[in-house]
Amino acid sequence: MNSTYFIELFLGGLTRGSIYALIALGYTMVYGIIQLINFAHGEIYMIGAFTALIVSGALAFTGLAPIVIFLIAAVVAIVYSASYGVTMEKIAYKPLRTAPRLSALISAIGMSMFLQNYVLLAQTSDFQPFPELIPDLAFLKPIENIMNTTQFIILVTTAIVMVLFTLLIRYTKIGKAMRATAQDKIMAQLVGINVNKVIMFTFLIGSSTAAIGGILISSHVGQINFYIGFIAGIKAFVAAVLGGIGSIPGAVLGSFVLGLTESFGTGYISSDYEDVFAFAFLIIILIFRPSGLLGKSTKKKV
Amino acid sequence: MSDIKTGIGRYITKKDVKRSGLMALWFMFLTFPIMVVKVNTVTDTVEWRWINMFIVGIFSFILTHVWKLMIDRREGRIAAADNTGETTEKLSWRERLDEKPALKRTASLIFLALAALFPIVTGMYQTSIMITALLYVVLALGLNIIVGLGGLLVLGYIVFYGVGAYTYALLNYHFGLNFWLALPLGGLFAMILGILIAIPVLRLRGDYLAIVTLAFGEIFRIVMENWNGLSFGPSGIANIPRPALFGLDFSIQQSTTLTYYVILAFVVITIFVVRRLEDSRLGRSWVAMREDEIAGEAMGIDMWKTKLAAFALSTFWAGVAGVIFAGKTTFINPASFTMWESILVLCMVVLGGMGSIPGVISGALIITLLPEYLRAFSELRMLIFGAVLVLVMVFKPDGMIPAIRQKYEFKGISGNKKKGDK
Repeated sequence: MNSTYFIELFLGGLTRGSIYALIALGYTMVYGIIQLINFAHGEIYMIGAFTALIVSGALAFTGLAPIVIFLIAAVVAIVYSASYGVTMEKIAYKPLRTAPRLSALISAIGMSMFLQNYVLLAQTSDFQPFPELIPDLAFLKPIENIMNTTQFIILVTTAIVMVLFTLLIRYTKIGKAMRATAQDKIMAQLVGINVNKVIMFTFLIGSSTAAIGGILISSHVGQINFYIGFIAGIKAFVAAVLGGIGSIPGAVLGSFVLGLTESFGTGYISSDYEDVFAFAFLIIILIFRPSGLLGKSTKKKV
Repeated sequence: MSDIKTGIGRYITKKDVKRSGLMALWFMFLTFPIMVVKVNTVTDTVEWRWINMFIVGIFSFILTHVWKLMIDRREGRIAAADNTGETTEKLSWRERLDEKPALKRTASLIFLALAALFPIVTGMYQTSIMITALLYVVLALGLNIIVGLGGLLVLGYIVFYGVGAYTYALLNYHFGLNFWLALPLGGLFAMILGILIAIPVLRLRGDYLAIVTLAFGEIFRIVMENWNGLSFGPSGIANIPRPALFGLDFSIQQSTTLTYYVILAFVVITIFVVRRLEDSRLGRSWVAMREDEIAGEAMGIDMWKTKLAAFALSTFWAGVAGVIFAGKTTFINPASFTMWESILVLCMVVLGGMGSIPGVISGALIITLLPEYLRAFSELRMLIFGAVLVLVMVFKPDGMIPAIRQKYEFKGISGNKKKGDK
């Protein structure tokens, strides 16, 4: 059990955790505001990855530097994912605001199936290789075998997104409105907050971070297909619940804990049972802390 | 909503056309990269399929129009109900049916007779499809106990189905146990596992419970896939005997028919049991639990026991259905028990109408038979299926055949019957 191996696993876990965190943010925010498990959130992540792939493919002939293509692709992918998120909310969730909660959940499941098959039909069912657009950073050369460039970029980007996100929620007007809506929708309306707009904005932000996650993980793993969203979505959802669903720091913490558990579990015990570690850990945590790591224990009210 | 226009005037106004046009443009923009551009990253070629853009544009122009009309209609109806406090709306066909028990009984008997004749009239292929559909009916009715009546969201229901199937397969493999003995045993094992899982997790609320049951479901599948000594891993267990009677040798055709009648009998028993449970003390405590746990507790209902009973009874049916499934397909492997199946069963319950037996049955039949008969559109079918789920939920949020709440009301003076709250 040497220390390099340990560090490798640790960094691998952090990388996984970062991606989960980027997706889990959207889950937890949407849940916090409209109490909906947005099953189609993983699909937004997948669409982000696909858009980036398509744009970079289409731009390959222009002869621009790879990093420029990557940035353009990333921006386009974020715009598109956000648009999909907002449109999805308008079609599938907005008419169901007052409906039973499970109906909205089924609507989300339907949306997830629809988007998966839409990409499957319009594109392909095979794994598509994702172009390598991020140039290797020179200063990472000495520690290449422990941490490669994409991992480094994933960690840094996630950190930046998290900081920006915290600032947004804490200090801006819309962040305040979001917190108010999450606390009490009717009261928020009474003090003049346009709840519909806040919900739309939540989907916009959540989808954008998911798209960032999608682009980053695709450049890290190197291939994508239409199904990547489902698995990642479930994992991110598990992470959000682990941290206490509805709590943003909880989602981040839950994601890192989940990523590390998986990484160490597969590294030291067995790779066949990768998902079992994640799920078993979740069950144990929830048995002892029924509302997640950072979730507030909801008081029963009569 | 005072400006509800009636008649043809509202179908096409200038504003609507403009709106639909904008929506069409939006959808053309939205679907542009995925529908139009197709990149092959291996050969570095790009294919531009502009024709798709026009198709999307035209379709979304028409569909936004239809969508708007439907939404208007829905909201118009709600608004109308709000304005006239006392609605004179006519009763739904189900409420009218409830008034005439004799008619209801005859209708059920006709349905049953038709179902019984099904394998005789149609071939083995159709019977086999119907068996699968009826298996899901039993599953959906079972899940309906937890989700529809008890209001607890469970996303790992398929585990118990898997336990039933593996019980039969393994006991048969090792001890040569026959189908009829496995039937109650499968149910029993599923029930025991249900209770064992329920005990630690029942204090979780709402979506936490959902995710924990999902986790159990996944753990079950992964363990079955990897524990070769027990379950023979992903290659599964083959040559499970089909059900037979009195030690006779049945042909495939005969035993398919037999399986059909077995599952049909189970559907009838399940309906009967669930129906009786609904009106029992236990069933009413479930509904109380769904509506308000604390108020229920205050009324002296032991929530712990109630929840446990919901789990135990619900998982039993899944186990029985699992045994029949193993007997029908003669081969099982972990791939039959994925999370996706659990989600599908949940869709059946919610799509049909939570807590309503006819609703859940039709939900299960539609969800299993629709993809089967949509095979003509082979590629598009899952796309259509997803869209159908969204549409049904948007326009019928309580499901296709919502449950009718039992209510007692005074109808002496005015003679006017009011429509219930659901």
